[in-house]
Amino acid sequence: MSVANLEKPSLEQARATSFYEASARARIRLLLDPGSFVEFIGPERREVSPHLKLFDLPEQFDDGIIIGRGQFAGSPVFIAAQEGRFMGGAFGEVHGAKLTGLLRAAKELKSIPVVILFDTGGVRLQEANAGELAIAEIMRAVIEARTAGVKVIGLIGGRSGCYGGGGLIAGCCSALAVSEQGRIAVSGPEVIETNRGVEEFDSRDRALVWRTMGGKHRRLIGGAELFADDTVQAFREAALELLETTAGFGIDTLNAEQSRLEDRLQRFGTCRDAVEIWAAERVADAASVPALPADQFIELADKVRRIARDAR
Amino acid sequence: MEDLSFHHQARARAGGTRQMAIIGVVASGNLEVLAERVLPETECRLEIKTAAEGFGEVWDAVVADFVERYSPGGLKFSINDGGARPDTVSLRLAQAVRLMAENEQ
Repeated sequence: MSVANLEKPSLEQARATSFYEASARARIRLLLDPGSFVEFIGPERREVSPHLKLFDLPEQFDDGIIIGRGQFAGSPVFIAAQEGRFMGGAFGEVHGAKLTGLLRAAKELKSIPVVILFDTGGVRLQEANAGELAIAEIMRAVIEARTAGVKVIGLIGGRSGCYGGGGLIAGCCSALAVSEQGRIAVSGPEVIETNRGVEEFDSRDRALVWRTMGGKHRRLIGGAELFADDTVQAFREAALELLETTAGFGIDTLNAEQSRLEDRLQRFGTCRDAVEIWAAERVADAASVPALPADQFIELADKVRRIARDAR
Repeated sequence: MEDLSFHHQARARAGGTRQMAIIGVVASGNLEVLAERVLPETECRLEIKTAAEGFGEVWDAVVADFVERYSPGGLKFSINDGGARPDTVSLRLAQAVRLMAENEQ
């Protein structure tokens, strides 16, 4: 092994790494300005789940979520990142309370935005009631923070996607950026198939899963404001753009969001597949969308659908 | 779950000035290692919570080898293990020592 191989990669090289493959800690470290991250309730505090040991399951010192503050291009932000590999990034009591606390702090300070790196399958089954309550508390905390003037930006590009209560919280955010791998939904593929049958949704049809829940579709129907390539750098640029361009929040925003969703239902309510929706949106070659490289897709998406700045 | 604890004398103090470092995640076949500089300079302790029961002897061997190779004096390692293989454990312990050897940001 040569000495050069042992040297640390430059920041530029490090930020070109896959967001999907990176750990939650690596995502935070590389997204923020170098060395600016300060963790709240770090692993040395050992604030672990009080429930998992009852099920004889291993704990993680940060309970699968890292929260703290840092700098984004010189400006302060609060940041939270879920670790999708620990229990599927699922929300438990402590995990949820850490995010609620961060959002409440942002609400008090009013001027510091919050960036949430979702990577979650939803609520942790072993602490279901506490987890469901946590989801409700976080949704309230997001809306209260936004009402106080705080921007809450969600970034979605992890292996667990953003499902269950995570999908509900994402829906409450000021704006979202998503990569192709970052699926957003409430019920996951297996849940839909279990409840409604394989005719309704074949969870083993990966192409169906990606084009129904994947980032490209979410961008094209307006569920996410921006589409990002799967690199930390692309997510950093997307987050900076959203922090700059996202408007305030009030009753007008909610009314605009309501009419945006009504319009969507009216136009696409009878479509049987995402490809039909893209075709109805006048995408010339709708069937080719899943195979498009990120830069070509972004160009297409910007032509097809302008971002609804007044809604959400 | 099984709790294991090991206490070793190290030849020398672990390098660096960092007080705390964490590496890895708790997942199937993986583990997290939290290293803290909280012990006298020639002592080393490992507290392990593992999902794979009955592997105390393997842990004993892996830990003894690690202390011999890296001399992590002054460090306490707290480990949450999701059933990682010995080579993964050795790798994470080495990564933790390497992180502690870096200077504070």
